[in-house]
Formats: sequence, C-alpha cells, structure tokens
Amino acid sequence: MIAIVFCIALGATAIGAPAGASQDDTNATASGPPVPPAPAPVRQPDGSVADLDAKLVVCDPDAPPVSGAGVTSIFEPESPPSREIRELGFLVFAICIGIFVVVQGFLVLAIVRGIRSRRAAREEGASAEPTQVYGSVPIEVAWTVIPTIIVFVLTMVTIRTIRDIDITSPPEDALEVIAIGHQWWWEFRYPDEAGEVVTANEMHVPAGRPIWLRLESADVIHSFWVPRLAGKMDLIPGHTNYTWFEADRAGIYLGQCAEYCGTQHAHMLIRVYADEPEAFDDWLAAQRKPAIEDPTVAEGRRVFAEYACLNCHTVDGTSDGMFGPNLTHLASRDTIGSGFIPLNRENLRAWIDDPAQLKIGCNMPSLKLDAAELDAVTDYLLTLN
Amino acid sequence: MQWAISVDHKKLALMYIGAGLCFFLVAGLEAAFMRLQLARAENDVIDPETFNQLFTMHGTTMVFLVGMPILLGFGNYLIPLMVGARDMAFPRLNAFGFWLFIFGGLLLYFSYLGADGLYGAGTAPDVGWFAYAPLTSRTFSRGNSTDYWILGIMVSGFGSMTTAINFIATILCMRCPGMTLMRMPMIGWMMLVVAFLVLVAIPILTGAQIMLLLDRTLGAHFFDPETQGSAILWQHLFWFFGHPEVYILILPAFGFVSEIMPTFSRKVLFGYPLMVAATVGIGFISLGVWAHHMFVVGLGPVLDSFFGATTFLISVPTGIKIFNWLGTMWGGRLHFTTPMLFVTGFVAMFVIGGLTGIMLATVPLTWQLSDSYFVVGHFHYVLFGGTVFGIFGAIFYWFPKATGRMLDERLGKWTFWLLFIGFTLTFMPMHVSGALGMPRRIYTYEADRGWEIWNLISSIGVPVQMAGVAIFLWNAIRALRRGPVAGNDPWDAWTLEWGTTSPPPEWNFDRIPTCTSARPLWDRKNPEDPDAYYE
Repeated sequence: MIAIVFCIALGATAIGAPAGASQDDTNATASGPPVPPAPAPVRQPDGSVADLDAKLVVCDPDAPPVSGAGVTSIFEPESPPSREIRELGFLVFAICIGIFVVVQGFLVLAIVRGIRSRRAAREEGASAEPTQVYGSVPIEVAWTVIPTIIVFVLTMVTIRTIRDIDITSPPEDALEVIAIGHQWWWEFRYPDEAGEVVTANEMHVPAGRPIWLRLESADVIHSFWVPRLAGKMDLIPGHTNYTWFEADRAGIYLGQCAEYCGTQHAHMLIRVYADEPEAFDDWLAAQRKPAIEDPTVAEGRRVFAEYACLNCHTVDGTSDGMFGPNLTHLASRDTIGSGFIPLNRENLRAWIDDPAQLKIGCNMPSLKLDAAELDAVTDYLLTLN
Repeated sequence: MQWAISVDHKKLALMYIGAGLCFFLVAGLEAAFMRLQLARAENDVIDPETFNQLFTMHGTTMVFLVGMPILLGFGNYLIPLMVGARDMAFPRLNAFGFWLFIFGGLLLYFSYLGADGLYGAGTAPDVGWFAYAPLTSRTFSRGNSTDYWILGIMVSGFGSMTTAINFIATILCMRCPGMTLMRMPMIGWMMLVVAFLVLVAIPILTGAQIMLLLDRTLGAHFFDPETQGSAILWQHLFWFFGHPEVYILILPAFGFVSEIMPTFSRKVLFGYPLMVAATVGIGFISLGVWAHHMFVVGLGPVLDSFFGATTFLISVPTGIKIFNWLGTMWGGRLHFTTPMLFVTGFVAMFVIGGLTGIMLATVPLTWQLSDSYFVVGHFHYVLFGGTVFGIFGAIFYWFPKATGRMLDERLGKWTFWLLFIGFTLTFMPMHVSGALGMPRRIYTYEADRGWEIWNLISSIGVPVQMAGVAIFLWNAIRALRRGPVAGNDPWDAWTLEWGTTSPPPEWNFDRIPTCTSARPLWDRKNPEDPDAYYE
C-alpha cells in the first residue's frame, strides 16, 4: 500500500520535471561558462547563461575555453593529484574486478553443482548425506596467504601514492591561497605583499601553476572538494590543513562542500576559475583596486551603509564586516548564494529582499527593505566591479 | 502483561526482534522520503531541515534501534538454546537491558514531539548519525534535539552493555556438558566476539556523549575549538566506537550464514578452527582501523598509511570467511529454501561491499570518494546486502522454532527476489553518482552534473523493496495465524535448538543435553559416523 503511494508520488515528481531544467543543460554546455539554473521564483525564461549579459558590466568578454561544463567526475582529472588518484583507482578497481570474477564465479559454480547434485541424489533415491568435508589445511593456508600477498601489494602501492600527493611543504613556485569555510559559503584570500585580495565562492587561479591551498574554518567542519583538481580535504576549526592542485588547462572546475555542515550543506558550491596566467594577473590587479564609487548610485550606498548590511559585509572604503562574503568586487562574479544562483539584477534583488526564500536556513537575514531601497542597493552592488 | 514482566530469554528476544522490526519500518520510511526528494535534481518536496533530520534519524535508527536490537535479540534467543542452557546467566539483567533499549529508542523518537528547536516547533536531531563536533555545540545546534540524540543513544547503549555481559557469562559459564568452546556453534563464537566488542566500544561512545553533554549543558569545552577544545577528538572517540560497531553489526550475520549454509548444503561448516581464528582476528583488528573514517581530516601521511594498511589487513580474515562458506557449499546438495536464498544473497552482496571496502582502504582513492555517494553505496552493501539479508535469512530459518509455524516458502521467495532486485537498483547506482562527484547528505543537487539518472534509478528501487517487506509482513501475520505446524526439526538441522520442541518450553530442555561434537544432532542422527571421529 505504502509502496503504491510511493510509486505514485515518484511518478508525479518525475513527470513534473520542468522542461526548463533540460534546456538549462544544453545552454550551459553549448555556450560558455555554465551557471546552475536559478530556483523557480527567479528563473529566467531563456535559461540562465544569457543572464550574465544583463549585468551592468560584463566581466570578461574573452572567456577562456571551458573544459567541461558541469563535470565533477573523478574520472576526468585535470590536475596531477587527481590524475594520480585515477591511475591508482584503475589499478585497484582492476584487482577488485579480478577478485570479484573469481569469487562470484566459484559461488555460481558451487550453486550449479550443488543443485545438480541434489537432483541427482533425488533421482537415485539416495537418502544419505553428501560427503562431509571438515576442512583442508593446504587449501585454507592458500586462501589465507594469497589474499595477504595481494593486500601487501595494495598497501605498498597505496603508501607510494600517499607520499606523492600528501606533501607537507608547498610545491615549487606555488601560489598560496587561503580557503575559509563558513556556513554556507567560501571565503578565498590571496596573501600578497601588494595587499591581500579577498573574494568569495569563486576562486580564480592561474592555470599551469601549483596552488597551495591553506584550509581553515570559521565555524563547523567543511570539506573542499573539486574532484577534477584534487581529492577532498576537510576545513576544521582550530586545525589548519593544506592541499594542492595544478589545473592543466584554463576553464571552470566545479565542486562543493563534502562534509555535512548544517542546513544548507547542499548549496555550498565551489567554482574554481583557472585563468591563463596573464588573465589571472589582470584579475588579481582588478581585485586589488578599491571599490568603485559611482555617484549615480549614492542612494544605494547610503542604504547599504545605513542598514545592517555593513555589519557583515566588507566593501573596501565603506564597511568592514567579516561575517558574510566580501562584496568589494561583487559584480565581477558570476554567481551569488555560494554558486547556485547566477548573478543578475533580478536574482540579486530577490536575494537581498529575502535570502531565505532562495536558500532556506541561510544566515543572512531579510532586512525588510522597501521596493525603492531594494532597487537602490541592488544598483549600487552591481556597480562594484 | 506476561511479556512485560518476563525474564525469559526467548520472550525478551522476540520483543527485541519485534521492536527492531518496527523501528526498521520507521527508518525505512525515512529513507523512502529521502529517495523521493532526490529522485530528480532541484526537487523541493522536502525542505532542507526536514531532510537533514531524515538522514540523521534514518542512520541513528538503523544502527542503534534496528541492527543492534535485532542482532542482540537473536543472540538472546539462540545462545542459551544452542549451548544447551535453561536461560541466560542473568535473566533479570537481561530484562533490564531490553527495557533500557526500548526507553532509549522512544526517547530518541520523542524528540519529534519534545525537542523545541530553533523555530519553536518540534524537531528531531539533524546533526548526522556521527554528529561531528562542533556542529553539535550549542552555537550551531540550538534547541534540545541534539540532547535527545545523546540521551536516547546513551540509554540504549547501557542496555547493550548489560546484554554483552550476559552473553559473555552465558557462553563462558553455561555450556552444556561436553560442549567445549571449540564445539560451540559458530554463532556462539560470533556473539562472544561481538559481546567483547560491545564492551570495548560502547563505553567509549558513552564517554564521548557525556563529554558532549557537558559541553552543551554545563559549558565544558572538550570539543569546542574556540577554547582549545578539539573537534577532531570527537571523531577519534566516535570512530573508535564506530568501526567496531560495524563489526558488531556484521559478525552476528556471519553467524547466521555459518549456521544456515551448512544445513541447506547438507555439509558440515568448512574449516571451523580457521573460522574461529578469523572471527577473533576480525575482533582484534577492528579495534585498530577507526581512523580510516578520517582520511580527509588531514592526519598526515604516516597515520593515513598505517590505518590504510590495517584496513587492508582486515580483508584477509573477512575473505577467509567467504572462502570457507564457499567451501561449505562446494560439493554439497543445495536446497534453496528462503533462508538459503538469503544467505547466498548475503555472500554475493557482501563480496561487493567488501571489494568496495578495499577500494576505500586505498587512501588516495578515499580522498576522492570519502563522504560521497560511493561510500553510501559501499556501507549499504555491507549493512543491507550483508546484515539485513542475514537477518531475513535468520528470521525465515528460526521462525518455525520460535513460533511452531512455518512461513510460506513461495511468499518468502517473492520477498527475497523483490528485496534483491530493489536493493541492487537502489544501491548499485550510488557508486556511480559518488564517482561522478555527488557528496552524501545533500538535500538537493544541481541538474547539470549528470547525477539525475542515477538518483532516479536509486529511487525506483525503493518501492520494489517496500513491496518485498510488505509481502514479508503479510507472510509473518498469515503464518502466525494459520501457518503449517513446523515440528521440532523442520530443516533436519544439527544444532541443539532443533532438539527441543517448537516453540521451546520456558525451561528450554527437559533434560540438559550433552554433546560430543560441534553437531550434537548429527551425532544422534548418524550414530554410525559421528562427528566426534573427526575432531
């Protein structure tokens, strides 16, 4: 009965899948940077990617080639650690398949023989039990020793790979980046003598250069996982971890938090933009600049400064809040809400109006701004390129 | 009332198993809701808070209120009967343990009504079944739901400890004349090792939970990184309990297989002494593998290598068991009754769970796969394909003994095949979605990652499994009311419980039996060629 109800409910949700979802897919793979589709209330009728043009300033007209939109498979590595893990994985998988075939083969054979033997006994009318075999020392030694040897080999191979990947000092010429996990967004800091650059959720790195990533947490345990670049590593409060990767090619690499961290664990997405080295330098230089002060949006800036926004968000020269993402160059990003909604005017406005509508349980409160204030502050934020 | 005041090990055992099955239905429904939500990308049937409660309660219930009580229940039922004793060593302690378990379970579920959460509404724990600090601190888990989680599990844990003491005392002190330890039915060895593991592991969890309770209620700072406490300490303590716990959940099922497979192969268990050694070996090694749950914590290459190696090592004794079961089947005359189907399915599924376990012992591979759906697939192959299949096999095997009635074979086979197909549909695709980068415990996922089809297949498996369970329930109710009478020994088996009536009298045996080998009834049935000659 319950099963039938479940079937009906399942069918209903499957049929109810909006055509828009698949449309987003094709758009994303066909035309440039993939952006996860927005949730229903602010979904664009024409898909999500074109929305980026609606921003006041298009961030990078000559976008680098995208290496596989939406792909997070561990089988498509684009970085030395993940590639080495894949090679090791294939080896272990092959050994396991071998064991699987042997063991299941013997099981099937035992079943077939056993059934045949029972039938034969019945036809002959034999009532005696089959021969009782209590054990066999040579056989039992064999199936103890052989697995031990296999296990020994696997251990050696594993330890070698651990030593290759789990290095304790940064690779040569590495760029150090600090990732800090927050409920439920990512902070990225680029320590630099010329001034620290702080951004959120979208991490830019130069392609072809090792990245030494220092992992910290501001609240609970999170885990940094971008499968195509490296294995995951936890971000633990009170305990600093390091990991590293080196993107082979320019492009966008997707990932998300992999350690359950509370209500919105599912929407703590990571976007790593591997830029060509010059493009990365340009990006870094642009991020280092102070926030733009556009007199046409002074009203929005006033709203931002007058309400509680500034308690949590930094905009260089205007506020220095630390609890939420740094907004100094918000408009240079593609997404908001930790990577799950494309950044455009409509989405940003809806987000400021009531973040919990889009991301239930989100720590950013609704400030109950009126329509005019919302417009003003949205326009202001969109100038922060 | 007779049941409520009973100290009879058989009545307590049946209550354990019955209560465990009720919790199984509840936890199964919780899983079904999760699969409904995940059937397609960006679904919004269930909101994130509810989803997080569902997976927390599903995991906690299945481990502590389904697996533990059902397996301890079988131990309770079978140990005195199989070692030829009249009851457990401490019958009243036994009843005490059972009622603690019931109270702990109800306390946990009372959280749905009683734990005022952040929103003022009733709410269940939502910190995951391993409740990582500091998500469990007052800062991040407001309200009382986490306290319910701590107390419910702690109370039922005390029950498990008393039961373990009882198992050890009964097995070591109350075997019938002639039954040396090496003539004990294999399930006795399994339960003995399980009881020791319970006594080593559960107090660690209880201690950690008391520390957490102090953190939450009295302002201690054991797990609070802000004040020099350690979030990683919780993981060490929890998994020092948590990994032996996995073996607590699987060893009794190994015991079921080791009893059922010989009966329906018509052969003695192959390699009894090596099987004992492997069981004890698993018990010891299982105490030294806990940090393989922590390969992404950043323990460093040395510790990672050590725990990878011990984890590989435990596959050797586990493999021995599989091979010995194959050796038992080999050359036998196989009767594929429902219990035999389930234990054969157990072997086939457990091999898969074991092999994915080897992949996960490969530390760098776990850096990718840890906390992904691959892990969810892996441990369901072990705990569902393993433990639950073993439990169903055991229910079909010993139901006639406990009730005096036979379950219907045709319905039983339907249950097996529906569960087998539904199980494979649900859990096999999880390995794929995990390798495609899908983390566990997310209430929804992006549409562009290629995960949707695998999740849909997973969800489609759910109603198939539900149908299997529904048929089983119908079968059980029908058999209780008008099943064919079983007789003392319907399977023509060889251990002592089949030598008494079905159901056995309260005193189990009119005369305390004696035995001359590990298969006392074989010796009685084949006086011309008894086992005693070969031991």
